[in-house]
Amino acid sequence: MIKRLFRSSLAMLGMASTVAWAADNPASLMAHYAATAGVPVSGLSAKRGEMLYRTEHPGRNGQPVSCAACHTANPTQPGRTRVNKLIEPLAPAANPQRFTDAAKVEKWFRRNCTDVLQRECSAQEKGDFIAWLSQTK
Amino acid sequence: MNYLLRGIGVVAAVGVISLLAFSLPSPSGEARGDGGSETLPKLTHKNWQQECASCHIAYAPAFLPKASWRRVMGGLDQHFGENASLDPVTQADILRFLEANAADAGTSRMGNRVMQGMDAKSAPLRITETRWFVRKHDEVSRAVWSRKAVGSAANCAACHRQAEQGVFDEDTVRIPK
Repeated sequence: MIKRLFRSSLAMLGMASTVAWAADNPASLMAHYAATAGVPVSGLSAKRGEMLYRTEHPGRNGQPVSCAACHTANPTQPGRTRVNKLIEPLAPAANPQRFTDAAKVEKWFRRNCTDVLQRECSAQEKGDFIAWLSQTK
Repeated sequence: MNYLLRGIGVVAAVGVISLLAFSLPSPSGEARGDGGSETLPKLTHKNWQQECASCHIAYAPAFLPKASWRRVMGGLDQHFGENASLDPVTQADILRFLEANAADAGTSRMGNRVMQGMDAKSAPLRITETRWFVRKHDEVSRAVWSRKAVGSAANCAACHRQAEQGVFDEDTVRIPK
């Protein structure tokens, strides 16, 4: 009995985690951000996303910062953190794990937008950003 | 002839004994004269490993006292110049783990070493600011720290090749050119 309960709860846990992890993908996230921004998905712009990625901004200590500073000019390549740890490529073409977990995506937008732009990114910007990265080969 | 044989026997015996003495690990693990405190206890904690190790190696809790970890985890939105904020549940979970295994938790010899010579009231934010770290690295010149392959004193694994496994033994150190 206990064994069976244990097994079924394990199975349920397994299902729940599969749902939690497999629910998101670049397209669903783009749809989500477009809806939040109040635009159709076709209103997201890969071009604006690329600009967001490459544009340098004055950082907290006056040094210019950009997404590309750590993720490199080519997002299919691995980057480096400030303490030299490897960052797996950001483009889904090179790293299929990217943009498959909405909570993780939100966490990194929150952190990195504040570091690079000194403010949070808008839903439109997030959508543009994923639109560009998901077509980067 | 007899003496010669006996002499060879003595030399061989001394050789074998000394070989054994130097190659066998001493049971107390103190063969390196450093208290055997160069290896961290194996710790597993999902959030600590996943979250802390996304930008740097998951620094062992034994490298700082509890009071330091409270300061670190209380200021993640300005974490050494970067926003490393977490959701409150994950943050509290990691802090609990760090406190339970901190330098002053009495759970590791490395921690005991870190606490030696530390002011009871001090709560450094950087491991590199602890007296223990400074003393341990006093032979490393400034030029070495700024080498491109090292980049920063926060990059333990640049020289401590098994840092991610918690091994900081001198034997495992290789300073990149």
